[in-house]
Amino acid sequence: MSLINLRSIYSRETIIGFSVLAALVFVLMPLVFDIFRLNLIGKYLTYAFVAIGIALTWGYGGILSLGQGVFFGLGGYCLAMFLKLEASTPEATKIQSTPGIPDFMDWNQLTELPWFWEPFNHMGFSLIAVVAIPVLFAYVIAAAMFKRRVGGVYFAIITQAVAAILTILIIGQQGYTGGVNGITDLRTFGGWDIRTDSAKYILYFVNGILLFVCLFIAQFVIKSKLGRILVAIREREERVRFSGYSVSEFKIFIFCLAAAFSAIGGAMFTLQVGFMSPSFVGIVPSIEMVIFAAVGGRNSIIGVVYGTLLVNWAKTTFSETFPELWLFAMGALFIGVVMAFPNGLAGLFNQHLRPKLHKLLSGKRSTESTVTTVGQFDK
Amino acid sequence: MFADYSMVELTSIFAMQGFAGLILFSVFVLMALGLAIIFGQMGVINMAHGEFMILGAYVTYLTSSVFSTYLPEYFGSYFFLAMALAFCASAGLGALVEWGMIRHLYRRPLDTLLATWGLSLILQQIYRSVFGAREVGVELPEWSMGSIALTDMIEVPINGIFVMCLTIAITFCVYLMMQRSSLGKQIRAVVQNRPMAGAVGINTEKVDRHTFAIGCGIAGIAGSAFTMIGSTGPTAGQLYIVDTFLVVVFGGAASLLGTIASAFTISQAQSTMEFFLSGSMAKVLTLLVVVGILMIRPQGLFTIKVRK
Repeated sequence: MSLINLRSIYSRETIIGFSVLAALVFVLMPLVFDIFRLNLIGKYLTYAFVAIGIALTWGYGGILSLGQGVFFGLGGYCLAMFLKLEASTPEATKIQSTPGIPDFMDWNQLTELPWFWEPFNHMGFSLIAVVAIPVLFAYVIAAAMFKRRVGGVYFAIITQAVAAILTILIIGQQGYTGGVNGITDLRTFGGWDIRTDSAKYILYFVNGILLFVCLFIAQFVIKSKLGRILVAIREREERVRFSGYSVSEFKIFIFCLAAAFSAIGGAMFTLQVGFMSPSFVGIVPSIEMVIFAAVGGRNSIIGVVYGTLLVNWAKTTFSETFPELWLFAMGALFIGVVMAFPNGLAGLFNQHLRPKLHKLLSGKRSTESTVTTVGQFDK
Repeated sequence: MFADYSMVELTSIFAMQGFAGLILFSVFVLMALGLAIIFGQMGVINMAHGEFMILGAYVTYLTSSVFSTYLPEYFGSYFFLAMALAFCASAGLGALVEWGMIRHLYRRPLDTLLATWGLSLILQQIYRSVFGAREVGVELPEWSMGSIALTDMIEVPINGIFVMCLTIAITFCVYLMMQRSSLGKQIRAVVQNRPMAGAVGINTEKVDRHTFAIGCGIAGIAGSAFTMIGSTGPTAGQLYIVDTFLVVVFGGAASLLGTIASAFTISQAQSTMEFFLSGSMAKVLTLLVVVGILMIRPQGLFTIKVRK
């Protein structure tokens, strides 16, 4: 990779955008907020991983998945299983009728660890599984659907059904999964207590760094040839296919990449919040994650991070003070974003703020607009 | 799992579960009919369809309360008026939504999906504010209570039979409307070739609005029928929406016959398995099989060949 190539991928504007976000995440937030609020923001940022994935698949690839919570949840559950096993040492669980297994299994009259829990005793396996299992799952779904050229609304419905199935399964198989409460009471990660304030600070920064790794990868993908082919697929799938590209493989790749991002987000969620439950897997959270991306601007990987922060912040504030207004606000947000601002915050920024910033910074430079309109070509 | 039961018991288990499945089938068909018209004919994903159904249920609930307070002597027949009112309310709201929202989004089906999801959230909250978060049950007229004993072990409830007859009647009406009426012919013409339909003088925008309104109206009737067999809560619609979409997609989006066949398959499979497995596993297995089949045969069970 030559320097010129790198410069075209990470243009000056992108670097500025990344830097502003980095300053916000790494400097401003830790300075302004106490650890409780910071932990909350860390939780929001784990959703941003999912939102970046949605920006890639939906904004760039034109594939709307309503089941991203599945990958978020799978990643989170993989790590939660490891943490739970670590917390369930025979000494810590000696009051149970079968010591050494997680407490919810004991409550459900299980007498030994199920076979699929066994590998999660090892940290290495668990960390690989956090990404590998969701990606594998995503590959199976995507390969089955895209090779048969199922797309658009059908794909959305099927992914939604998958989210529903997984939620029902997790809730129904209480003894193996912890049921509706999920996997709770997680304590240490490789002997390191994750519940202390200092651990929460460290996890917040690790989370931020991972988020930026994902952002760099996403930026690399969308500026590479791959990203351009994705946009071409979004606009005219048939034409790309007739040009000799294997459309399905590009779609499968981007869907798996998005799943990997979501899974990392899920794992970081488990670490920071200290539990994982089916309420982050199902249909409702999955669609909410899409709205994070829509509010931020589906075509902007940085925009979706702001969108996620904004919507979640609004959700927390609103549902604390006016719980019954929140659903109205959320519904209005869905409708408003789709009807009036299909490009979200990023679109507003590009339209109004960016030309002014340009004038302010350089004065002379031409204000070349790079707004990609959604909707016009979205079939 | 069959070994513990005798032959006679097995037969009656299957008959009873089959009948429970038939009631589920009725709900599926009634919901899916409206959805199949909207999704199959117009390509619009209406995530608020469940809320239109619940609107019908609440209208029925209101009508029954009005009848029991002011017109107790006519209480036996309130249901038929309620059904008509439910249809009108849902269809009216549907027309309004089409005019205000859907028609701007026809070229963006994925965005329609999100917008109608937003609508469903708003409607849910309205129901919660107006009727309260608790589920409300409708007082049934006397003729619909009790059950008929077919044999010693098989009993079928009368309200179930009534809902099934209603389903058959409504399905037949929808079939007649789509095949015989001039509106039905116009709808099908617009689906098959929109520019050509416009060229021969069909007002395609008006047809779109009517199609959407009728689809929503049928959802309202579904809600009305739903009150006969269960209670209504603000979020009850959301429980059925994924299943119903799967029913429609599984059946083949544009085919009414396919919708009925797939509703029958899914509901029977689910209710029969429910007896032998836990309810959640039965549902997981059914949905998994449906998703699996859809992956192999994405066009659904029945397809209509349309020149695009």
